Amino acid sequence: MKSLLGQIRTKIETDTRISDAEALQLFESDDLLAIGELADLANRKKNGLRVFFNVNRHINYTNVCVNHCRFCAFCREGNEPDAYTYNLSQVLEKAAEANAAGATELHMVGGLHPELPFEFYLRLMATIKANNPTIKIKAFTAVEIDYFARISGLEVEEVIRELKRLGLDSTPGGGAEIFDAGVRSQICPEKISAQRWLEVTEKIHAGGLKSNATMLFGHVETYAHRVDHMRRLRELQDRTGGFQAFIPLAFQTQNSNIKVEHGPDGIDCLKTLAISRIYLDNFQHIKAYWVMLGLKVAQVALCFGVNDLDGTVVEEKIGHDAGADSPQALGKEEIIRQIRSAGRTPVERDTLYQDLQVY
Amino acid sequence: MFELELIQDALSQGIPLTRAQALYLYCNVDLLRLGKMADAQRKHLHPAGEVGFVVDRNVNYTNICSCQCRFCAFYRDISDPEGYVLSEAQICAKVEELVECGGTQLLMQGGIHPELPLSWFEQLFALLRRRFPTVQIHSLSPAEVVHLAAHAGISLRACIQRLQAAGLESIPGGGAEVLVDAVRRHISPNKIGWRKWAEVMETAHELGMKTTATLMFGCGETPEQLVEHLVRVREIQARSGGFTAFISWSYQPDNTELGHEIRHGATGTDYLRVVALSRLVLDNVPNIQASWVTQGARMAQVALRFGANDMGGTMLEENVVAAAGVSFRMSQPEIIHLIRAAGFTPVRRTTKYAVLERY
Repeated sequence: MKSLLGQIRTKIETDTRISDAEALQLFESDDLLAIGELADLANRKKNGLRVFFNVNRHINYTNVCVNHCRFCAFCREGNEPDAYTYNLSQVLEKAAEANAAGATELHMVGGLHPELPFEFYLRLMATIKANNPTIKIKAFTAVEIDYFARISGLEVEEVIRELKRLGLDSTPGGGAEIFDAGVRSQICPEKISAQRWLEVTEKIHAGGLKSNATMLFGHVETYAHRVDHMRRLRELQDRTGGFQAFIPLAFQTQNSNIKVEHGPDGIDCLKTLAISRIYLDNFQHIKAYWVMLGLKVAQVALCFGVNDLDGTVVEEKIGHDAGADSPQALGKEEIIRQIRSAGRTPVERDTLYQDLQVY
Repeated sequence: MFELELIQDALSQGIPLTRAQALYLYCNVDLLRLGKMADAQRKHLHPAGEVGFVVDRNVNYTNICSCQCRFCAFYRDISDPEGYVLSEAQICAKVEELVECGGTQLLMQGGIHPELPLSWFEQLFALLRRRFPTVQIHSLSPAEVVHLAAHAGISLRACIQRLQAAGLESIPGGGAEVLVDAVRRHISPNKIGWRKWAEVMETAHELGMKTTATLMFGCGETPEQLVEHLVRVREIQARSGGFTAFISWSYQPDNTELGHEIRHGATGTDYLRVVALSRLVLDNVPNIQASWVTQGARMAQVALRFGANDMGGTMLEENVVAAAGVSFRMSQPEIIHLIRAAGFTPVRRTTKYAVLERY
């Protein structure tokens, strides 16, 4: 173990990539603090002591979804009593609230709605932008973009071009889950394949939009599946350079159709974030999504290789439907305090990681 | 750096850290380095890699309290319609449930009820001991004991002796908060001072009773005061030797008077620093407990890598922290899983740290 850690330290110091086998050995190690130190070293080399956050608002525009992923506690059939779909004016109202509260980004994702036409999403982009010209729209995962192509009969490239033309600024990294086909058939059999997710994401990058990449961990997957997932992302990033942040999402066990005895524990969360920082040498940012990790673990993660604490969020439904016991929103002052408490410098960023203010 | 080497020398030679050294560690040393030092110390004291827990229940026999501490969300005035005192039958029913779950520890604490006499507790403990001989009565706290002695007009020693004769086996260290009177005057002006707290503990130890010591940090104390607390616990232990464990938790600001002044609770890194520091300073206290009740399961598990070697109780019922808006739940299988996943052997233990079962 000592020699593995020493070997990886040398690789980080000399900007050399670690192998899949090395990543796997790190996952199998109990030496949490040594892994944390390596990740911290890798992160400091890239980002110093700066930790990003943004003032954003989530808008989950519908929970009606044709995909029925088994891990998801959010999706509903259209005829269920708690199914909802925001109309244009409801979305606009939330966007206006966000704007008034100083948000610089809307994070908009939803279910794959069986009836809404592609024109609805185009109108959504255009109207939000017209009413809030300064706010950045980060919306639609690769899964939604693929779906829009199918319902509109357009090519994926055209879908991206149209959305971008009307106001889309970047895309979030959701829907990646775990790339392995066997795992996908267990947790999200109706969702697009890994290959398709990567293909659509490559087109998003080619179309001039940045995106993020997520990984849903702590359900039925093995450590090897996590490494395989990160390997595919690292390879795509080598080709496109279009990923901004990697965001490991801790699986929430409640209200899910996947019955696992235990969700991801604290050590697993920190280890996964840390190893991703070490392995994904071509990703600039690793984000701790506090909604699913819990704020305390997310804050501690700032010492384990993480340099982004996400944002203020305001109204999150997907993780909370799955039993996340984190608050609905964090004030900007509270985020700044959390970052400072970890001995780091809070930096408010925009959607494209430009500094807005250093605190 | 030189300072750190001196500290490491002291630790390796088993020399207690000075106040200045403790302060240096708390204020200047990186979280992961502090964690590694504490982890090494934990390993030195507990080389078998076992982590304990006890199956217990909190029973809060009354919420009526004359102390009315400003950090507390649990207490009610005697005239308050929400005030209650549990009957003997209610308490027995709760203990019966505990026994059915294989529980061995009863943690019974209340407010400082102005009218309940010593004889009420003597009768209760005697009854519990008769009906539930396998349950260890780990109950009251120094403030309650002081009140009972004054109410009965007898000495502390005589009061503890009578409680002990009735069945009280050990006293939890609650109400220590911060053992510095300047802090106590601010947060709990009506509660006993630190010397009285120490006197109860030392007297109990002299009578052959085991007790624990606690710390509530993040309530406005300075780093110097926090270090002073640890040193005072260590000095009491050096004199009377009866502390089995030290437990720190962070002040929970919701629903409390003090919460208007101190709106934010301690962060995750704050907590881990305190756990690690307590392991390093309290070289003569055998066990450090993690507090999942206040920090959540994920953080408590992570604390096992920052010096803690015990997960505390399963807490079939918890009311005091829940009143301050924080309610985590844990089952015995979950505790066992978390300990294992952290790389340790789970051990179910008694109040006095005798092993009942290894998993």
